[in-house]
Amino acid sequence: MSFYANLTIKQKQVVWAWTFLSLPILFYCVIRFYPTLNAITLSFQEWNLLGDRTWAGVDNYAKLFADPVFWKVFKNTFIYLLLGTPVSLVLSFLVAYHLDKVRFMHGTIRALYFLPFMTSAVAMAWLWRWFYQPVPIGLFNNALASVGIPQFPFLSSTTWALPSILAPAVWAGLGFQIIIFMAGLRAIPQTYYEAARIDGVGPWTILWRITLPLLKPTIVFLVVLSSIGFLRIFDQVFNMTSNNPGGPLNSTKPLVLMIYETAFDSFDMGYAAAQTVVLFVILLAVSLAQLYIMRDK
Amino acid sequence: MANTAEIKVTADALDKAAPKRHARKQDPAAILRWILLMGGGILMVLPIVYMLSTSLKWPHEIYNLSIFPDEPTLDNYAYVLEDGRFYMWFVNSLIIAVITTVSAVLFDALVGYTLCKFEFRGRLIVFVAILSTLMIPTEMLVIPWYLMAKNFGWLDTYWGIMFPGIMTAFGTFLMKQFFESVPNDFLEAARIDGLNEFQIWWRVAMPMVKPALAALAIFIFLGNWTAFIWPLIVTNSPELYTLPVGLTTFSVEQSVQWELIMTGAALATIPTLIVFLVFQRFIIRGVVMAGLKG
Repeated sequence: MSFYANLTIKQKQVVWAWTFLSLPILFYCVIRFYPTLNAITLSFQEWNLLGDRTWAGVDNYAKLFADPVFWKVFKNTFIYLLLGTPVSLVLSFLVAYHLDKVRFMHGTIRALYFLPFMTSAVAMAWLWRWFYQPVPIGLFNNALASVGIPQFPFLSSTTWALPSILAPAVWAGLGFQIIIFMAGLRAIPQTYYEAARIDGVGPWTILWRITLPLLKPTIVFLVVLSSIGFLRIFDQVFNMTSNNPGGPLNSTKPLVLMIYETAFDSFDMGYAAAQTVVLFVILLAVSLAQLYIMRDK
Repeated sequence: MANTAEIKVTADALDKAAPKRHARKQDPAAILRWILLMGGGILMVLPIVYMLSTSLKWPHEIYNLSIFPDEPTLDNYAYVLEDGRFYMWFVNSLIIAVITTVSAVLFDALVGYTLCKFEFRGRLIVFVAILSTLMIPTEMLVIPWYLMAKNFGWLDTYWGIMFPGIMTAFGTFLMKQFFESVPNDFLEAARIDGLNEFQIWWRVAMPMVKPALAALAIFIFLGNWTAFIWPLIVTNSPELYTLPVGLTTFSVEQSVQWELIMTGAALATIPTLIVFLVFQRFIIRGVVMAGLKG
């Protein structure tokens, strides 16, 4: 202890700082950085968990890019993103924009929209799977049948299965986006609106020229967050198509499900690692795009 | 993004009713707006209502569109809870989510505090290194984690499920932001009073960021409670399943008995719904605070 007692206050602080950081640094090295490097290394190797890890060069990547299933999956993943992000952002903005102007039972209405966010994706996937069942079981088809519409092939059609799986994901995330939008709307200074009103500017122009431009940081934040969410979709697909994962005919299979199957059903670890690297690059591109768009701020 | 003070302001503003500027006379458009919003809100919770109502129905009644069961029954719950599996999965989920949350909140706060309030060489490097891990998706790490768990015998253990989440870069970043609002004078005064650095963090700084700690705790708890892919990979025996993984297995087993599947789904959902209804304002505030910093 005498060594410590002889230190200056500044030096003592340095000792404390590294003491506080010691376990966390170990954690980030062993549980974050090492596995990342391991995944990248593995993507250049061949391994089925039993034998030895053997170098395979870029074989895994070559195999992946030549695999028609991968391109199907790649397309699906981006359809989840390109459908899910705009739909959920437009819906949540519409609700937030109007809810912001409502006072009567404001908290109750907000809670109703937020409630689905508190649920687990697995439970909700099974709930919606039931909704989508054919007559006479599924709620939606029963409702359609009661008004004379023939049954709709929600999960059994290669066209409609993907949007059907996306719907509960959009639904559950809406509440979060609404309250973030509302926080963004409240942060816009009232004086801007007052000035616009004095100048006789219409509500439509106020929306396009004041509200939306000032909401840009919020919008970019939500676009990136929901994009990353949809690119990583898994729970819903896995549970809603568990009899034929990613089906029918791979029409709903996202990249994460392909990774899961390659690694933990086929035990083709190198090939799966290559797929995770591709996912990583896609997500990195999305994050960097955010930085690029926000740079002028 | 915005600084801490601003976030606090907006989070507080959310609690209050909408500002006066909108308190115009009740014109038909405003009434229509209210009706549409309320209708949309009811539509949002309707799926959950149907889940709860179906869990109270007899098998022959699930084809019925009515929300209220003709003869409500708790038989489904009795059947689902009978073999004790749901109880076991619930306890697993609770233990794992609580331990992970406590660990992550404490470590994230400690690291965030250190990176915010201490001056030492290498501080920026450590901060950037931790922050950069935010870019690494979990899905990329699950394979190496699985191999690690396999080598160390962590498969099918609580620790195996928990270890990837005992610290988070997101929480570290969040807490660093919030510790900026703690004045250095307070820490200096405590130092002069003879408290050591750990005591200063725990007894002076931590109480000043309680709302942020709570917000982070909500976020991390919810994330762990609903986590699926990693617990699915790392567990093999049903005794170790968490609620989402257990629900998947259970539902696949039942295949066409939808009233039982709805009961299982309801059991997985009801706890968080109750927590939400009790702490509603607090949770929404916390999510805004944590969300805006992400």
